[in-house]
Amino acid sequence: MSAIYVLIGFSLLAALSFLGAFIWSIKNGQYDDDYTPSVRILFDDAPLNKSNSNPK
Amino acid sequence: MKESASDLENPKCYHCGDACDAEIIEYQEKTFCCEGCKTVYDLLNDNDLCTYYDLEQNPGMKMKKSVGNKFAYLDNEEVSQSLLEFRDENLCKIRFFIPQIHCSSCIWLLENIHHMREGIVQAQVNFVKKEAYITYYQDQITLRELVELMASIGYEPAISLQSGTKEAKKKVNRALYYKLGIAGFAFGNIMLLSFPEYLDVEQFLDPNFKRLFGYLNLVLALPVFFYSASEYFISAFKGLRARYINIDVPVSIGIFVLFARSTWEILADVGPGFMDSFSMFVFLLLVGKWYQNRTYQALSFDRDYKSYFPIAITRLVDGEEESVALASLAVNDIILVRNGEIIPADSTLLSNEAQIDYSFVTGESEPVKKKSTNVIYAGGRQTGSVIKLRVDKPVSQSYLTRLWNQDAFTRDKTAMNRLIDKVSQNFTIVVLFLAMASLFFWMSEGWNSALLVFTSVLIIACPCALALTVPFTFGNALRIFGKYGFYLKNTDSIERMSKVDTLVFDKTGTLTSSQADTIEFHGNELSNEELQAIKSVVKHSAHPVSASLYKYLDGAVRSVKAYQEKVGQGIAAETTIGEVRLGAAAWAGAEAVSEELLASVAHVSINGVYKGYFSLKKDYRDGLDNVLQSLSENYELYLLSGDNEAEFERLKPLFSSEDHLHFHQKPEDKLAFIEKLQQQGKQVLMIGDGLNDAGALKQADVGISMADDVFQFSPACDAILKANQFSELPKLLNYAKSAMRIVRMSFFISITYNSIGMFFAMQGLVTPLFAAILMPISSVTVVSFVTIATNWVAKKVQFREIPSSRSEVIV
Repeated sequence: MSAIYVLIGFSLLAALSFLGAFIWSIKNGQYDDDYTPSVRILFDDAPLNKSNSNPK
Repeated sequence: MKESASDLENPKCYHCGDACDAEIIEYQEKTFCCEGCKTVYDLLNDNDLCTYYDLEQNPGMKMKKSVGNKFAYLDNEEVSQSLLEFRDENLCKIRFFIPQIHCSSCIWLLENIHHMREGIVQAQVNFVKKEAYITYYQDQITLRELVELMASIGYEPAISLQSGTKEAKKKVNRALYYKLGIAGFAFGNIMLLSFPEYLDVEQFLDPNFKRLFGYLNLVLALPVFFYSASEYFISAFKGLRARYINIDVPVSIGIFVLFARSTWEILADVGPGFMDSFSMFVFLLLVGKWYQNRTYQALSFDRDYKSYFPIAITRLVDGEEESVALASLAVNDIILVRNGEIIPADSTLLSNEAQIDYSFVTGESEPVKKKSTNVIYAGGRQTGSVIKLRVDKPVSQSYLTRLWNQDAFTRDKTAMNRLIDKVSQNFTIVVLFLAMASLFFWMSEGWNSALLVFTSVLIIACPCALALTVPFTFGNALRIFGKYGFYLKNTDSIERMSKVDTLVFDKTGTLTSSQADTIEFHGNELSNEELQAIKSVVKHSAHPVSASLYKYLDGAVRSVKAYQEKVGQGIAAETTIGEVRLGAAAWAGAEAVSEELLASVAHVSINGVYKGYFSLKKDYRDGLDNVLQSLSENYELYLLSGDNEAEFERLKPLFSSEDHLHFHQKPEDKLAFIEKLQQQGKQVLMIGDGLNDAGALKQADVGISMADDVFQFSPACDAILKANQFSELPKLLNYAKSAMRIVRMSFFISITYNSIGMFFAMQGLVTPLFAAILMPISSVTVVSFVTIATNWVAKKVQFREIPSSRSEVIV
């Protein structure tokens, strides 16, 4: 049964790391704009010519 | 496939998507409607940025003619310093508001702007706020060059006196997200650790585990109590100090008792506590707050004259022109104001003549003629040639800006008696009374059980569902309103809107549409050639009548010679068919006509022969008569206009009596009029559009500002209504009333739940499991009820969809 102590400890650590990630993402400004990144991710990296703008 | 045929006749501009009717420019197998659009294409093509046109069809902005040194003021150190967000030797960061941003192509182009010029490091667009955040090296590109570059591709940043102030730069509030995250984290984990309790596994579970789970719950609950829930305690405390019970008082009592009793149970090792219910309660409340707080970030509801005024002005010092920040403009300075620019302070005219357009400030529809030594009030827009002025008063002390010193601008509307506060007052008193009653009743069983029952009653009476009703009902109503072109500043306005019994309208720009005029020609019929010639002439004039005529007349524009314009008289030019003169009666060699009293008139003579005159009447909003008629059944209607009585006869039948129409109203008069109505006990809704309505909009219980383009300047208000949705006003008001009815029904549901819970609590039958089930059930019922009900009513009301237009994306 004492394994549960360890497991609870781990589960809390995992949960805390997610909370930490969430707080970091807020600090990082990821919740300031929840629309533009969804558009930005679809852009190609470099300006391309018309001929090769269609990905295969 | 009819459309493709007409497309061939009138090709669309490759850049801006407008039909090319006036002129067609063919270039690289593409068609353009004007030189401006072609230039932008050329510029992008040269920089290999034509992906812009692949992402969206015809994404560009129609190019307006730009004035040569319009942005010269950006070279002024003081001005640029106030605009910059960050500066380190060379590296500068600046945030621009760009109302033109409307599609993914815009994002792409602006974020690739560093390919166009050396020195720009990075640009990042926030589409929701319509902002671009640009980093650049100022030794390689100046702020002025940067802005000019953006303007040259159609994305001219909106820079006003407001841009330099602190409010414009304030950071987003992220605290709610932190609180929500921590509460959600604690809620999930506490729920997990409380799970054994729910299953009643007493006999299998080591009591050590129980104790451990209890302590872990307590530790997890601490940040929820001290951080996430803190604002409820603060708000409740503030309310009580003002001798006022708001909804946060019963909420705080619930939170506090839940936490205190659970802490005691855990530390005294007598039970598992209610930490799961406690953290869930706080989490749900914060979710409600988050849902209610989502507002339209690109719209501004708090604008004052500052966002209408420019940030800098041209000053004459010893005959030399220089740009100076408006803030350092002093009395007796000599300033230059060009065509279309705003006069920033009360001043004396030094030039011979000026033609000032006050339509946005006073509601007068026609430009006012001013002569040398006349005093010109701030806020007017010069139309015509450059004028010279001497500043009489500082900017903040001018006639118009003084309006913002009135009481109405310092008062906060939200604190008015809301239904939720009335309900929670009674609720709190009843709950406290019942809790005390059961305390005394259970005394006979001993202090211990009496206290247990007392706290159980307070815990179960926790108004979770009650507190969630308003955020979710009004939050959803706000989104539905937004879908139909009615954008509210916050949810509080919905309740005030439902109580309104008096409507006050502004005339210019509100009842009349701001652009389109009804134009009629009286006299000998004009031939097509003559009409074309007239169109070619009016093209050169910035006068509003000319602009309307230009829009109204069909045909291609030809070049004209010897164009001349005399302020207050008219315009003239040599065309292919001879000399065309257009303007006042004397200018065209005719006698004044009686109609001139009611409408604007432009007389025409060609080659010295008088042809007749155009009359321009202000066009009223679509369906105005119907709207006012249906509104007059339930509301008292008033009209306050800054204009003259020209339209009195036309409007009289729409209002119940003649003294409901008031003309020649100054901004202060409007404010005072609303105040008078309120003193008579009326709940007033004011609809206006200009700066002159700003005081009245602020004073009224609900101030709605009408706007053709909601991103352009509109005065401070509670809501912005898209002008082409004006006909929906009666439905919008009805919907606010329905939303209020839904809130009442939902109050009833949640209080029923509370009563059932209290029935058990007073008998001492409440367990943590019971609380953990009742609370979410009541919350889920209420939230789903109000969401379904608000959507269903919206469907039944059948709002008219916003006529589609591409810059409509408001997130």
